[in-house]
Amino acid sequence: MLALDRVDFDLRPGEVHVLFGENGAGKSTLISLVAGVHKPTAGTIRFRGAPLELNSVHHARSLGISAVFQEFSLVPQMTVEQNLFLGAEQTSGGLLSKTEMHKQAQQILDRLGFPLRPTQQVDRLSRAEQQMVEIAKAFRADLSVLILDEPTASLTERETDRLFALIEQVKAQGVGIIYITHRVSEIRRIGDRITVLRDGRYIATVPAATTSESELVRLMTGRVIEQIFPQISFHPGELMLEVEQLCSEDGVVRDVSIEVRRGEIVGLAGLVGSGKSEVARACFGIEPIASGRVHFDGEDTTGFPPRQMLDRGFFYIPPDRRAEGLVMMRSVRENVALPSLNREAFSRGPLLRRRSERQIVQELASRLSLQPPRTEREVDHFSGGNQQKVLLAKCLTREVKAYVFDEPTVGVDVGTRVAIYGFIRDLCEAGAAVLLVSSDLPEILHLTNRAYVMYRGALKAELKGEEITQEAVLGHFFEREAA
Amino acid sequence: MTAPGREAPPRRSVAYWLQITFVRLGVLPFLLLIAVIIFTLMSDNFLTGRNLMNVVRQSTYLTLVSMGQMFALLTGGFDLSVGTIVAVTSVFGASAMAAAYVAMPEAVWLSIVIGIVAGVAAGMAIGVVNGVGVALFNVSPFMMTLGMASVGFGIALYMTGGVPVYGMPIEFGDRFGFGDLLGIPTPVAVTLMLIAVLYVLVNWTRLGRHFYAVGGNIKAATLSGIDTRATLFLAYVLAGAMAAIAGMLLTARLDTGEANIGASMPLESIAACVIAGVSLRGGVGRVENVVLGALFIGLVQNGMNLARIESYLQTVVIGVLLIVAVVADQFRLRAMANLQD
Repeated sequence: MLALDRVDFDLRPGEVHVLFGENGAGKSTLISLVAGVHKPTAGTIRFRGAPLELNSVHHARSLGISAVFQEFSLVPQMTVEQNLFLGAEQTSGGLLSKTEMHKQAQQILDRLGFPLRPTQQVDRLSRAEQQMVEIAKAFRADLSVLILDEPTASLTERETDRLFALIEQVKAQGVGIIYITHRVSEIRRIGDRITVLRDGRYIATVPAATTSESELVRLMTGRVIEQIFPQISFHPGELMLEVEQLCSEDGVVRDVSIEVRRGEIVGLAGLVGSGKSEVARACFGIEPIASGRVHFDGEDTTGFPPRQMLDRGFFYIPPDRRAEGLVMMRSVRENVALPSLNREAFSRGPLLRRRSERQIVQELASRLSLQPPRTEREVDHFSGGNQQKVLLAKCLTREVKAYVFDEPTVGVDVGTRVAIYGFIRDLCEAGAAVLLVSSDLPEILHLTNRAYVMYRGALKAELKGEEITQEAVLGHFFEREAA
Repeated sequence: MTAPGREAPPRRSVAYWLQITFVRLGVLPFLLLIAVIIFTLMSDNFLTGRNLMNVVRQSTYLTLVSMGQMFALLTGGFDLSVGTIVAVTSVFGASAMAAAYVAMPEAVWLSIVIGIVAGVAAGMAIGVVNGVGVALFNVSPFMMTLGMASVGFGIALYMTGGVPVYGMPIEFGDRFGFGDLLGIPTPVAVTLMLIAVLYVLVNWTRLGRHFYAVGGNIKAATLSGIDTRATLFLAYVLAGAMAAIAGMLLTARLDTGEANIGASMPLESIAACVIAGVSLRGGVGRVENVVLGALFIGLVQNGMNLARIESYLQTVVIGVLLIVAVVADQFRLRAMANLQD
């Protein structure tokens, strides 16, 4: 699998060049090459006309190529100014010149207009404020190329305006800016040219001013869509999951009410951080609930722990299999059986029935065509797609009435995607209720018969059947201009 | 090694098979082999049936403690208070037994039972406090067990003033320290029984599976409906219980209650586990290997005694072995990545 396959990209001084594409299209890989994080296996990078081989992030920085990634590179225990000068500390006579750095840090923050004090400790800051520190770090050095990977994801309107003013400012100084975003409105505001990537391939470079939104979406998703998504026949039946005016304890979810019936796939769409995942997690008992009710299968299950929800037939499949889904150093057998060890097929009294366990897991492995079909092997030694299959197998070990799939296709190749969609269709047509949490627009459009759209912790819209169109969802999803 | 593009050769070198053995079984078989060769050369008395039986008998206490330590390690923590638990058990058990014996000199076996129950309960109480701290209050296992090690040791010294506790009935030492059960020395018999019990617990029960899952990935365990707090709590209670049983058996062997025993137990039990391939990151480890690991340490100590190596130097050797085992584990991970089939 190539993350990037023969992609051409050029950046002129004083322009904002937007990279546009789905999750996993290769945008992040492309900028990691430019920023010196990874090296290309083939092809060349030219900088000011001359071929360039970047050895490290440090090397790139020394040339004025600076990147702000989605994952923060901050040390939480350090202060803002310590982070700003991390790896480039100024010294005099071998000792840190702290006053000097403090003064400069204050200058940078003032210039950017960020309401931060240099002496604040980073882990006390909100996510948006941490994002500001990360941006300030990039603006510290003399810039020639600035890379911004979805910088506004956690900024407020005012902070976003401030950032855009800055971008205009450095643009005027001849800095080239590579800008990654999902938001069409931002492309309109600051973009000059747009390069669209799909599945690691170069699709097109178009001018931002004259390209329509629908054209962009067509370029981003391509025509292959009909081959990826299965036809699903929905037969909405009895109510399985009902959430009433749910508020989470940390305030990420505010007053959300949704319902999911048997035989339908309900989408819960929204950007990363919109609180959609937290709604599902609150239903499963892993996100503390401040107020509101959760009813499952006619029973009030508000605040029930995962064990009780599992035993009632509710299954949550987490987005990050490495972080939350699987015990990587244990075998496929142990992982698959884990949620169902209290079922009769897996244990009698306190003792496990290992023979029966082995048989059941072996059957599931061949049903999901696990490659290689060795269930005693540690999960860590399988490919990403096959690890995802192990994760899915976990929910087939017991009777489940309602499934939550939380970003089920993040970081998997197209082949596995098709398999996962087929898997979800089969579950739904067999009469299960399915809640699909996703920030992937095509997924919502083509798999669901009803969709809720969330924006900053609150429900923004409910769309049914024919109403679920690109236009309609995008309207709420991407926070369109002049809505 | 083959030239790229060619199929694997039919004949593989000795080095290749050594590497496979290393990756599969870890460093322990190699260390065991090296130790046996060295000590056999250094002392004629080493490789005799009688001496090896000695090794087994002497290693039982460490074996018990190490198996308990394994539960803490499996869940991704460790227990630095096992030595203190041995001491507290010894002091409380001996004091209670002696007091009961004075109060009712006729009821020898009743006072022995009272003593054992009191000792094990006192030792387990420390395990319970550890468990509450780690599982309920999210104190790091390092701080929690280090703190309790100090608390327990202080209590044991305070109770005895540092003086050994005498006055237990002679039958206690005769039966549990030097006696036989079905022709096997009692401590060895008790240990064999507990090995069997723990083997079943770890491999054949839900709780055993939960230890691995919680240590391997606590979030995945939560999402799979496992009560991670209860699991963590029980890990430390089990560690405490095993150390307490070892403490009682050791008291029987010494015939006195001592506040100063067990000081080397934390290091030695962790060393036994790590040498046996228990991962310090949690989630990996096997009972039978831990037993071998403890036996190995007993073997090395016995061999060094026979070879008349000074006891101060023995401490050096145990420390070095622990570090070698951890370094070897790193190499093993790398070799494993290379040998990926």
